[in-house]
Amino acid sequence: MPLKRIISAAAIVVLAAALATLSLAAEPTDAKIADFTLPNGLELVVIPDHRVPVVTHMIWYKVGAADETPGKSGLAHFLEHLMFKGTAKNPTGRFSQAVAAVGAHENAFTTDDYTAYYQRIPSGQLRSMMEFEADRMTGLVLTDDKVLPEREVILEEQNQRVGNNPRARLGEQIDAALFLNHPYGKPTIGWRHEMEQLSRDDAIGFYRRFYAPNDAVVIVAGDVEPNEALKFAEETYGKAARHSNIQARDRPQEPPPVAVRSLTLADPHVEQPVLQRDYLVPSFHTAKPGQSEALEVLAHILGGGSNSRLYRALVVDKRVAVSAAAWYDSSALDMAKFGVFGAPRQGVTLPQLEAETDAVLADVIGKGVSAEELERAKSRMIADAVYAQDNQVSMARWYGSALMTGSTVSDVRGWPGRIRKVTAEEVQDAARQWLDKRRSVTGYLIKDASPQAEKKS
Amino acid sequence: MTRFLAAAALAALALFAGAPAASAMTIEKIVSPSGIEAWLVQEHSVPLVALNYAFHGGSAQDEADRAGTANLAADLLDEGAGDLDGKTFHERLENHAIELGFNVARDYFHGSLRTLNENRDEAFDLLHLALSAPRFDADAVERVRGQMLSVLRRDSTNPNSLASRRWWETAFPDHPYGRESRGTLDTVARITADDMHDYVRRAFARNELTISIVGDVDAKTAGALIDRAFAGLPAKGDLKPVAAASPRGMGRLIVINLDVPQAVVAFGGQGLARHDPDFMAGYIVNHILGGGTFSSRLYKEVREKRGLAYGVSDSLVWFRRAAVVLGGTATRADRASEALAIVEAETKRMAESGPTAEELAAAKAFLKGAYALSLDTSGKIAAQLTQIQLDNLGIDYIQRRGAMIDAVSIEDAKRAARRLYGGGMLVTVAGRPKGLTSSAE
Repeated sequence: MPLKRIISAAAIVVLAAALATLSLAAEPTDAKIADFTLPNGLELVVIPDHRVPVVTHMIWYKVGAADETPGKSGLAHFLEHLMFKGTAKNPTGRFSQAVAAVGAHENAFTTDDYTAYYQRIPSGQLRSMMEFEADRMTGLVLTDDKVLPEREVILEEQNQRVGNNPRARLGEQIDAALFLNHPYGKPTIGWRHEMEQLSRDDAIGFYRRFYAPNDAVVIVAGDVEPNEALKFAEETYGKAARHSNIQARDRPQEPPPVAVRSLTLADPHVEQPVLQRDYLVPSFHTAKPGQSEALEVLAHILGGGSNSRLYRALVVDKRVAVSAAAWYDSSALDMAKFGVFGAPRQGVTLPQLEAETDAVLADVIGKGVSAEELERAKSRMIADAVYAQDNQVSMARWYGSALMTGSTVSDVRGWPGRIRKVTAEEVQDAARQWLDKRRSVTGYLIKDASPQAEKKS
Repeated sequence: MTRFLAAAALAALALFAGAPAASAMTIEKIVSPSGIEAWLVQEHSVPLVALNYAFHGGSAQDEADRAGTANLAADLLDEGAGDLDGKTFHERLENHAIELGFNVARDYFHGSLRTLNENRDEAFDLLHLALSAPRFDADAVERVRGQMLSVLRRDSTNPNSLASRRWWETAFPDHPYGRESRGTLDTVARITADDMHDYVRRAFARNELTISIVGDVDAKTAGALIDRAFAGLPAKGDLKPVAAASPRGMGRLIVINLDVPQAVVAFGGQGLARHDPDFMAGYIVNHILGGGTFSSRLYKEVREKRGLAYGVSDSLVWFRRAAVVLGGTATRADRASEALAIVEAETKRMAESGPTAEELAAAKAFLKGAYALSLDTSGKIAAQLTQIQLDNLGIDYIQRRGAMIDAVSIEDAKRAARRLYGGGMLVTVAGRPKGLTSSAE
């Protein structure tokens, strides 16, 4: 309901935006988190929470859209869909029927860096779910009668998420302009003309290349003891053979950004123009110690809610915008994005809004942040760590996304302590160093009022 | 990129997915020192408190030409209250990491609060201010109105919103249930601070209040906190009655032309009241037809076999004075008529033959097992307890629910299926669906 606070995920990767929020979460101060590695290389993390007889079981594979071969965009996500099509041992539907039979919930998701599958189940079902999931790690069987209708499904998903959604299309264009060389520039869901050509052989080849115990992390959160989860994992996942040829994820990296870029997307259905700017910045994995935490605090102070600089200045004081926000998602294996967003009030042009936005950024770069706003931001962010402990799914997703993007369990546990240490100088330095327009792409979304636009779709 | 996106969010209310049994929690009925009742679940392992509450009287209380009043008021409660202006109010919330949520549905105003235990007094004091002394300052009203108008302008070309709005307007013409809680561009422009003060005065009263509280508190502390927030409210509200209604337009197809690649479809008809003896049977049957799992009939026929859509589902929606079953899907324009024909054929088949014994058994197992999943965070538990209270299901409902599901026979299921799907559907489509045109009125 508080519409004003929603950062409309202009990016297509809706889920990654959700995870960005979660990544502010959770300090498991006294939770007994266990971290095991099986002889075949599979990592198992157990986050006990015995309040309700429920377990969240997730398997995360270290492969995402950024690992696709050029020309095959959308393949990682397509395979995610096809993983529900059955194996030699468990034909189509049997896994889902077993999930439904116990009232469990299942789903899966794909980002640029990882692909994950999960079930939320009554505690007693964990071993059975691990057995199904271990079977599907190596036993997938695909035939065209299953593959081809599912390709139609992902095309409809693309229509639903992107085709019918001008803000999502703006996000795609910004990504494509921001990343000159890195595959993060492609949409996670793919470009339609390439999705239309994806085949069964593409999917099976990708599966054989990346799905293996030594490329996966299993996260179990909820009503289970670590040793019990370990025993079940050994009996199920433990039987899968290690892959000898899993390659490091060495994606083409970005050259130093040197040009201020801007673009405009016009669409006849745009009733509310928006401004979105993304900067290329370090992720937790690529940053020097402390840099990523300073960027997180900076994003919160600049654009995290009603007290933030951008909201106060643009929406409340100067009244040039109906919404304004900033965000930063530190969980990327390679470079990350720092985003700034604003929607102008009627009668205010996008260049006017951009100038006012730049003034807010320049103020932080030039004068830094106050001790009071620093403290407020830090205490708000760290409190989320306590709130996350109330939600086993949040905990599982937080650890999973971190482990998929180069972090360790102890990195996650140390997050609140590192946020606490961020100084006002570090926040200002981060603004000065990274909020450089030459590192950014600024996108305008406007209404296309031309006569041709009315006719074509 | 989740694999399954629950079709367009077409239901007007996010109602709880019913729910079966099996949690060890104990629900206590408590009474605060000032006499306010609440349900409490003590949960001491995480140092937080989650409150969920509701007042009778949601957007159905809005005047037709001021639709959106309750919703706009809810958006403004934390924008200045008592002697705190909006800026100070927000700073106090954030300094203490206190989360207040306000949401308006047709029948109810819903509120939530989440706080760390150490800040609970401050949290309940701020809630008290927001509910009892909202300021509706002119500058805040204009700002938040501008935000709402921006959202409504976006909605005006959004196919999901267009299909949904037209469905409700057609099903409930001249009735408050036919109007969206957020109102329209015209009505929101007219709302005044006085309208909002009037809504608050009529709805935010102790006799209209339902409270659930979950967290690291004992009964005595919970009672004291409840009084901090609610004891100062007036004893009695002043709500307008809402007339009983049934959805109209069955058999009609309405196409809203919009040049988008994908057509968005809303379909539905008469539902079952929450206290109808067939409600549980209908709930199970609906799960079999289009509940949000990978094994529903609609999912298999529309998505899995034919790849016509990413999501398709339907659900029961119940109000105090009406009930509907409402579903949705989104499909490519050139195959929209095929997708709709399948939805119609499947609902007809369900109405005529009901589910099979195997489907019924599987759905019962699912719905019983899934219950614990809806109760795994403090906030979800509190929200569920509020809904159980609003629906007058009794404090032992969670224990009884499994047996209620088991008691549904195949005859019950067939009867409920006939009642839910035998009366035809009202269908709205936004997009350029090839081969579909609006039927005559």
